[in-house]
Amino acid sequence: MTKKTVIEKIWENHVVSREEGKPDLLYIDLHLVHEVTSPQAFEGLRMNGRRVRRPDLTYATMDHNVPTINRHFVSDPISKTQMQTLEQNCREFGIELADIDHPDQGIVHVIGPQLGLTQPGKTIVCGDSHTSTHGAFGALAFGIGTSEVEHVLATQTIWQKQPKTLQIKVNGKLGFGVQAKDIILAVIAKFGVNAGTGYVMEFTGEAIRSLTMEQRMTICNMSIEAGARAGLVSPDMTTVEYLCGRRYAPQGEEFEEAAKRWLALATDEGAAYDKTLEIDAGEIEPQMTWGTNPSMGSGISGYVPSPDQFEREADKESVRLALEYMGLEAGTKLTEIPVDYVFIGSCTNSRLSDLRAAAEVAKGRKVQDHVTAIVVPGSQTVKQQAEAEGLDKIFTEAGFEWRESGCSMCLAMNDDVVPPGKRCASTSNRNFEGRQGSGARTHLVSPSMAAAAAVTGRFTDVRELAGVNQ
Amino acid sequence: MEPINQFTGTVCPINRANIDTDQIIPKQFLKRIERQGFGQFVFYNWRFDDDGNKREDFILNDTKFADAEILVAGENFGCGSSREHAPWALLDYGFRVIIAPSYADIFYNNSVKNGILAVKLTDEEVETLLGRASVPGFKLHINLEEQSVKDDQGFTAHFDIDQYWKKMLLNGWDEISVTLTEEKKIRQYEEEVFGKQYS
Ligand code: SF4
Repeated sequence: MTKKTVIEKIWENHVVSREEGKPDLLYIDLHLVHEVTSPQAFEGLRMNGRRVRRPDLTYATMDHNVPTINRHFVSDPISKTQMQTLEQNCREFGIELADIDHPDQGIVHVIGPQLGLTQPGKTIVCGDSHTSTHGAFGALAFGIGTSEVEHVLATQTIWQKQPKTLQIKVNGKLGFGVQAKDIILAVIAKFGVNAGTGYVMEFTGEAIRSLTMEQRMTICNMSIEAGARAGLVSPDMTTVEYLCGRRYAPQGEEFEEAAKRWLALATDEGAAYDKTLEIDAGEIEPQMTWGTNPSMGSGISGYVPSPDQFEREADKESVRLALEYMGLEAGTKLTEIPVDYVFIGSCTNSRLSDLRAAAEVAKGRKVQDHVTAIVVPGSQTVKQQAEAEGLDKIFTEAGFEWRESGCSMCLAMNDDVVPPGKRCASTSNRNFEGRQGSGARTHLVSPSMAAAAAVTGRFTDVRELAGVNQ
Repeated sequence: MEPINQFTGTVCPINRANIDTDQIIPKQFLKRIERQGFGQFVFYNWRFDDDGNKREDFILNDTKFADAEILVAGENFGCGSSREHAPWALLDYGFRVIIAPSYADIFYNNSVKNGILAVKLTDEEVETLLGRASVPGFKLHINLEEQSVKDDQGFTAHFDIDQYWKKMLLNGWDEISVTLTEEKKIRQYEEEVFGKQYS
């Protein structure tokens, strides 16, 4: 029997049609829907008199636009229309919706796993590039455009060319104070923003095996920032244990059966990848970005580079433009850069363990006076769990604002915006120009690094603050 | 979508790599529920300052380039967010063809599905075109059937394109209609896997 990767196994289980000269037609097991990329798709269905083929495999929530304070005051009428449109569409087409008042509401990539909708071996799509998050379970999960959303709604299938496979092997053990976010930022800094273009990535190696599901989600979430449409981790006992007892996961005997199937999906020992890249976990220190794409970053002990350090003309120019936008001088020590805003949240880092890591740093400390710091849990469930543990108190006593769940300052489509020229330490995934607000300057970091920046008023190596555990 | 085969148009060069979809269409314009009307917001933060005044140094604000229908740019064009608003905005503004050394996967798919031809040329070829296109009025002739790009000064390049995408673009096919012709296979798959019919 030929040895296969988890990617190939899932692919083959989902091929509806395969013909020479065409992409494969793949069946989709779970379609997640949110308010921003779906209205035009539903409108398309209506115009052509089509229905949703599998409402039972479709699940919707509101996350991008929702307010994180004054839950029912949507200041922007167009945002409000978008949310109402989703409600109407879900009603009309019979799709389950976790709306703004629903206890399951949250960022689509946080609630899918939390509810157990996300399972190993599934094909999962959503009109959102960070759908790669769900790959942490050994699912093939990728972002699609609105035309494809319409296509999946109408046919429950999608045309896809079989991708090449890329193994990202993270060897060895993580050092003290180093988090999952640091692994993925280091991978992107090392291999670049298009290392994964045309590939699906599988993360392997000792460091990945030892991660929790939430940490694996952080890593797979940012596969797209390395250019890969999907990133995944082979299912193992960590995966199975996480899913046991979740609402939409199989129950009882069925669960036992499913668990066997899931574990059998893991990449076979000795299976071949089209390409392999390796990195040593031991050499990764807490990371931060200094530029305007996620590869423009380094370990916290580093310096802002000079454009002259880069070989290719195109890179010199990109770095020059990035430093100009970021208002940074080449040669500045990263730990000397001050912050104005701190955002702890987003589908990358808004789960319970992320909030715990940040709270541990915040505990007994104070947010510096000139810093505005907000914590936005990924879902209503995360919020409640955090409150049950008293994390909200730790944050508010330290001077952080404690908010309702949503995408918030990750893309600033609601009122949570970083003003022009202000600098933000953010646990999100994109430091693009204007992402957190027009003229806003974003530095990507882990949750504990973000908390460290809040309490010191500048970027700080979190390992220097005592009492920090892995 | 509109079919495309032979296309001649003037060129606007944007000499940047990794132009992400947040730049092509900033998030404040994603709230509309239609597909049309996004062209006015394309590259908004590069075209306008915080007070809404035109930034004179951005090339699309130069009247000599404002009517271009072909965009030439650096590698990894369209990276980042999956928003299809990006190709909608480019198309609505008037761009029918994009030329770059490489594209982000999702953006590429989204473009094809809207009848935008995203041409991949080599780094050197793109470099040449970026140079020549800095002169206003520079024209290119694209031929999808032949998979060629030519100018009037002897530049000629061949590009590769997936034959399936090529056919879709040449015919302007709506993908859902194509897929619905596979209904039998979809039903078969569903019966095998779910033991049920859904259509
Ligand atoms: S948190 Fe940010 S990256 Fe994640 S889905 Fe929301 S907007 Fe997209």
